[in-house]
Amino acid sequence: MKFIKFLLVGIFFGVVLVKSEAVSWFRIYEMFRFQSFHMYGIIGTAIASGILFLQISKKGYIKSIKGEDIFVPKKDKGFTRYIIGGIIFGFGWALIGACPGPMYILLGTGVWSMILVILAAAIGTLIYGMLRNKLPH
Amino acid sequence: MQYILNPWPWYISGPLIAIVMALLLYFGKTFGMSSNLRTLCAIGGAGKIADFFNFKWKDQIWNLTVVAGAIIGGFIATQYLSNDSVTNLNPATTVELQNMGFKTPGATLVPDEMYSLDVLATPKGMLLLIVGGLLVGFGTRYAGGCTSGHSITGLSSLQKPSLIAVIGFFIGGLIMTNFILPLIF
Repeated sequence: MKFIKFLLVGIFFGVVLVKSEAVSWFRIYEMFRFQSFHMYGIIGTAIASGILFLQISKKGYIKSIKGEDIFVPKKDKGFTRYIIGGIIFGFGWALIGACPGPMYILLGTGVWSMILVILAAAIGTLIYGMLRNKLPH
Repeated sequence: MQYILNPWPWYISGPLIAIVMALLLYFGKTFGMSSNLRTLCAIGGAGKIADFFNFKWKDQIWNLTVVAGAIIGGFIATQYLSNDSVTNLNPATTVELQNMGFKTPGATLVPDEMYSLDVLATPKGMLLLIVGGLLVGFGTRYAGGCTSGHSITGLSSLQKPSLIAVIGFFIGGLIMTNFILPLIF
């Protein structure tokens, strides 16, 4: 039963991303052509609201469900992995028009070909795991 | 009701996405969808091939539950919370895409020219989806996160690595959309 809340968050996430058209391949294309403000507006207001939430919680006004401080794990320091990994991800994102969240959401909307994309993405992660020690980070 | 059935404006959608992040932090977790790909590998036994997949994946079941919810959410949104409105793309975008061979830009969430089962059955169609998936799966793990982990969570918590990753996302996306996609279509 403790997973119910996560299922509900997931449902909410899926609904929001469909209704905002953030899962639309066409919106991603339009964004990378700088032909619409829509996606920038979504990402911008999401980040602005997120900053607001985290600043308020930092002041101690918001605690987690267990009464602890809200905690965001720190990313490891580095440059190479973030820029190269980011560019590779960007290639894929703009090609298929879906990042790892929307892949699942689009499957739910009835895009059955997404199963192949998700499998390929899992294999991509597998390849990273196998090459990890040889890659610059 | 019309407000729900029509597409939602960006200034409503963005803050709602932040609420997803906030709720997961409130539950003591972190918003990050790409981690699930690593979990799927681990469940599939990838730990035998690479140490990267030797971790207690059972601790990640909550995140797979979010995925299950996201799939259900996608179904609910299209079946019960949508009308037949077309994505209100920039007319310039629509013309551009039509010239590239996309017949009905914005009428669906993804182009039939890439995702229909007929296209999937062609070598080119299948290859595009596989290559795209591989790039996303490899790149996101190399970069240590995707749009949810870096662009939303990382930037909201003002982390420099996430800013570098997001810049990378855009360099890659801009090159693909502006220079490579026109060669493919």
